[in-house]
Amino acid sequence: MRKFLLLSALVAAVAPAGFARADSASAISGKMEALSSGEATYRHVCQSCHMADGQGAVGAGAQIPALAHNPHLQAASYPVTVILNGYGAMPWFSGLLNDRQVADVVDYIRTHFGNHYTDKLNPSEVALMRPHLTAEEQ
Amino acid sequence: MASPSNTHLQTRRQLLGRIGALAGSVALYQAMTSMGHAMGTDFSGPPKLSGAQKGTSVLVLGAGLAGMLSAYELRKAGYDVKIIEFQTRSGGRNISLRGGDTVTELGGETQKVGFAPGNYINPGPWRIPYHHQGLLYYCREFGVELEPFIELNHNSWLHSTGSFGGKAVRYRELAADFTGFTAELLAKAVDQHKLDDLVSADEVAHLKDAMRGWGALTPDLAYTKGNISALRRGFEKPQGGGLNGAPVPSDLLNRGEIWKSGMWNWMAFHERLDMQTTMFQPVGGMDNIGKAFTRQVKDLLQLNCKVTAIHQDDHGVSVTYHDMQHGGVVRHAQADYCVCTIPLSILSQLDVQVSDGMKAAIAAVPYASSVKLGLEFKRRFWEEDDQIYGGISFTDQPISQVSYPSHGIFSKGPAVLLGGYMFGPAAYDFAGMTPQERLEQGLRQGLAFHPQYRKEFLNGVSFAWSRVPWTLGCCSMWSEEARKTHYKTLCSIDRRLVLAGEHASYVGCWQEGAILSALDAVTRLHKRALGAA
Repeated sequence: MRKFLLLSALVAAVAPAGFARADSASAISGKMEALSSGEATYRHVCQSCHMADGQGAVGAGAQIPALAHNPHLQAASYPVTVILNGYGAMPWFSGLLNDRQVADVVDYIRTHFGNHYTDKLNPSEVALMRPHLTAEEQ
Repeated sequence: MASPSNTHLQTRRQLLGRIGALAGSVALYQAMTSMGHAMGTDFSGPPKLSGAQKGTSVLVLGAGLAGMLSAYELRKAGYDVKIIEFQTRSGGRNISLRGGDTVTELGGETQKVGFAPGNYINPGPWRIPYHHQGLLYYCREFGVELEPFIELNHNSWLHSTGSFGGKAVRYRELAADFTGFTAELLAKAVDQHKLDDLVSADEVAHLKDAMRGWGALTPDLAYTKGNISALRRGFEKPQGGGLNGAPVPSDLLNRGEIWKSGMWNWMAFHERLDMQTTMFQPVGGMDNIGKAFTRQVKDLLQLNCKVTAIHQDDHGVSVTYHDMQHGGVVRHAQADYCVCTIPLSILSQLDVQVSDGMKAAIAAVPYASSVKLGLEFKRRFWEEDDQIYGGISFTDQPISQVSYPSHGIFSKGPAVLLGGYMFGPAAYDFAGMTPQERLEQGLRQGLAFHPQYRKEFLNGVSFAWSRVPWTLGCCSMWSEEARKTHYKTLCSIDRRLVLAGEHASYVGCWQEGAILSALDAVTRLHKRALGAA
């Protein structure tokens, strides 16, 4: 995923290698939308699981947690940690999102869906929390 | 800083790097096979277990391929086996969608599949490499009819919005020109003694010969417009018969733009061991494998059971589940041992009594997001208008690829193609859309190289794996770090419980991973049950 981020920055780069998943298109993964705001990141990435209204969903004895009215969002460091490292089924996004994008989307979810945590996150704080994670070549 | 000689060196390195991207994998593969490696996955035959102590019971959780194969082999060994499954169907991610089927995803959207009789899309696995010998063995054993899956099609489209004016080129045009220009550069560099420090005098003549033949070069080592190159990349006016049958060769693509486009990635893709020919698919839909497995274990299977807890002690395992067929009443199933094939995305949220290390391993593997679009059209315009018979067209747009059916070629009437297959960011994006939006995006992007799309479109269905209630994702996505820390623990027997599934393999995201993992798990469990390990 890290490689993906580097390549996706190049306009000319297509079919970036490195986001390899077997019976997938493997090296073939589509281009990322420009994620220039917290809302854009939420719409193009997070809502695929957490849903457009932030309500999450309940599956087979397991759930996608709701972000709406979620007291875990009180401290910004919690969602930052989850986004960068992943959590259970949720993938890590440290390779996909830059510090600014992580800060923006954390600010967004902390001030939407019934959450009212208005203190802003500085991208430099995200930078300090970045883990080293590498997707396996497949 | 850069002296002339430095510049030369860099150019050579870049050149070799570019060759290595394609030729390297082939060379490596040849070297490995000559040493006896890389002949297939690690399958040496069925486990041939026997001699279970009479009355010993095993509860299998999940009726995907891993679960059903575990049950099949354990019963053969003499165990009392039962499988419980969440869905109202068996097969797990081995699934096909046909007309009349319904897809309900998390978030509440429901799609009704409108395909004509006989048409289908495989939203999960859809192709089987020839070297996935474990899966192929059981397909043969259980009577699954297979047919070739067309992976590589030289006449398919490659499309990049920022290259060649955004106009799609045929695979063979890009492949011929990439190879030809690469061969020309290398042959000329050798010929002009620019690689003397890298290539011995003995090698030079052979290398030039090889490049001439491999790259379709002229006798003077040029890759140029003419009949030699056209016999690879196609003619402007094709070879005909009679008076005006003389062909006209075609123009070459711009060399610099080929390197820059990155489109050669799509050539390298087919060279991966996983994607090499011959590939297979079951006749009539991938779920014919799941159905064949089901026939073997049908009498052991209880559907519609939602597992909530797995407890164990020194005497046995107790699994708590809601019997959804009977109003969700809570029941407990007891057994001496348990093979759990529930995806980790689900299992990590259940009440599971295992060691702390196993608990951490179960929670350490996220699931990839993937989306497929199945589009049905009135006719096979890709065949009739474009002479594309099976295979894959690639695009740098989010839909990533369009794949044409390998079956029913030349038939009339409606046909279904794979109108998008996304992983990574594009999959997140598409999964977040409504089913209607996904189809609209799929059609709009596909128009870039199939102008017939709007006119011929009938209906479609999308499948977003991150919104599937029973997997919350497509398949396991190991990081190098998690593999190092947790993999062995994940595969170990935790008292009376062992996990199986593609997540417990190095063939992740493939059905073969589920097969090999299951065979390994039941073999070790059997040994343990006999007191031998």
